[in-house]
Amino acid sequence: MSKNFSLRSLLVRPEVATFLMFLAIMIGFYIANERFLDARNIRIVMGITPEYIIVAIGIAILMISGEFDLSVGSVFALVPMTIVQMVHQGIPPWFAIFLGLMIGIIVGFVNGFITLRFGIPSFIATLGMLYIARSLTTVATAGFPPPFPHILPNELFVYQFELFRASLYWALLVAVVLGVMLHRSNVGNWIYATGGDQNAASSMGIKTGNVKMFCFILCGFLAGFAGMIQTFRLEAPLPSQGYLLELESIAAAVIGGVSLFGGIGTVFGAVIGAILIRFLESGIIMARIDAEWFRAGLGSLIIIAVVFNTYISRRATRIGQNKAKD
Amino acid sequence: MEDIIVCEGLNKYYSGVHALKDLSLKIKKDSVVGLIGDNGAGKSTLIKILSGAHQPDSGHIYFEGNKVKFKSTKEAMNLGIETIYQYSALIPEMSIARNIFIGREQTQYNVGNFGLMKTKTMQDDAMKALTDVELHLRSPDTPVNQLSGGERQGVVIARAMYFKSKVLILDEPTNHLSVKETNKVLRFVEGLKSQGVTSIFITHNLSHVYPIADHLCVMARGEKIADLDKRDTTIDHLTDLLVNG
Ligand SMILES: Nc1ncnc2c1ncn2[C@@H]1O[C@H](COP(=O)(O)OP(=O)(O)OP(=O)(O)O)[C@@H](O)[C@H]1O
Ligand SMILES: [Mg+2]
Repeated sequence: MSKNFSLRSLLVRPEVATFLMFLAIMIGFYIANERFLDARNIRIVMGITPEYIIVAIGIAILMISGEFDLSVGSVFALVPMTIVQMVHQGIPPWFAIFLGLMIGIIVGFVNGFITLRFGIPSFIATLGMLYIARSLTTVATAGFPPPFPHILPNELFVYQFELFRASLYWALLVAVVLGVMLHRSNVGNWIYATGGDQNAASSMGIKTGNVKMFCFILCGFLAGFAGMIQTFRLEAPLPSQGYLLELESIAAAVIGGVSLFGGIGTVFGAVIGAILIRFLESGIIMARIDAEWFRAGLGSLIIIAVVFNTYISRRATRIGQNKAKD
Repeated sequence: MEDIIVCEGLNKYYSGVHALKDLSLKIKKDSVVGLIGDNGAGKSTLIKILSGAHQPDSGHIYFEGNKVKFKSTKEAMNLGIETIYQYSALIPEMSIARNIFIGREQTQYNVGNFGLMKTKTMQDDAMKALTDVELHLRSPDTPVNQLSGGERQGVVIARAMYFKSKVLILDEPTNHLSVKETNKVLRFVEGLKSQGVTSIFITHNLSHVYPIADHLCVMARGEKIADLDKRDTTIDHLTDLLVNG
């Protein structure tokens, strides 16, 4: 009986459902085309996935705290573009990287400040920032995409090992550190509490404004860091980089079981969500389906995931309430 | 017996509304005080001031004989005044153990205020805290949204007890509860007295608080209109005060 119960409570965890969905999709595409899971394809897909994982983690943590960031796609382009331009201006590479990542932090801070200080929805504040940061990127491009300066230490971040790139290990490092932060530290407890019920959290003495600000800054930093990795991999800074990434990272988080209303989600879920999207894209291409179907597939996946999570969380609540009535 | 809380001449305005008018009140240690009054009487306003959530526009508060000015709920909590609000002060999706320790987590490997939670200790202590208020739940990892309303109030009371509150303020803790669940909460509150906790029980349902109160305080339109020992009053008299102000 109690074993039965714990199996059920495992199945109602949204990230477990995501993981099962992930397995189903992997097996489905593998049946459609065996080369889907060969080393070559895994190398290709996992070469680009780490960048999306990092952004998705930042978005997931921010969403758990109860806020959104629509500017991540623009920050994803702005940070590497400024790093490259600063290096062209003669600033030492590591100092340029430091200053570039600071821009991500500052954008996160401004997003948080505007949202919290003026009490407006972060959806709007960061929508504004989406346009501002993209516009700044285009201005920083100065007309024509600059060449990639090879004195930048890009191998450290994207070196291609046998199967994986260095970026995957960076993404795993981010996932482990922030997973421990979110699930094991007191700060993580404050983040869940803030997103779960802000009034209750602040009545328990949690400084919910500071908690949210921290999540905004973290999200901006991670978006910039991930964008830098992409530019380092492509060895080309493009002003259009990260276009629509904001929606895709929210999709990854939501597919991974993060609630749009805050207070629910895991780092693991966001990671799986991001990987799932990239393999879905690859699978559709390899199954020789018109690539345009990727978006339809992604859209369906989002809807299925949210409907499913809503259903199981209602069920879980009902199980508990019936139990309490006994 | 000595007074644990003394309020003198408290006033509170909300953008034009005079929600609290010159309110003075003394609360004896280890008693259960029933604070009753119709909707909008100012009950919640008074307790928000006592719990540090709001600041009075004028007047003084003394706690254990010392003048205090709370700038936040945290300050009041640090002195041992814990409040259970009209809405539940629990996060529905979080586990019982995590809820009990919100903002006061037991941590290790600390860097400043930050550290890793001692999950096992917190789970064990949560279970102990629940047992102390006679609440027997399966597991400290159960999310709070799987508990009944009465059990949730039990968790909140267990939390207050665990952190050794001296004063527990309950704002309509029996709202939306069934008769059975209400009785459960009333039993929790009654149990507090013997453990040296003073409680202030706010309700507009006199029949809930009358059986367990030592003292009753009636409010109307932001003023205190009666302040009586239970021995000196009857339920009919109080009802009359409530209805006719
Ligand atoms: N934040 C606020 N802003 C403006 N007016 C307020 C605010 N909070 C309370 N009031 C007003 O102050 C008065 C007292 O409200 P309060 O919430 O203290 O009443 P109450 O006795 O707790 O009522 P209830 O039984 O409905 O909970 C009411 O007229 C209310 O409208
Ligand atoms: Mg009230």
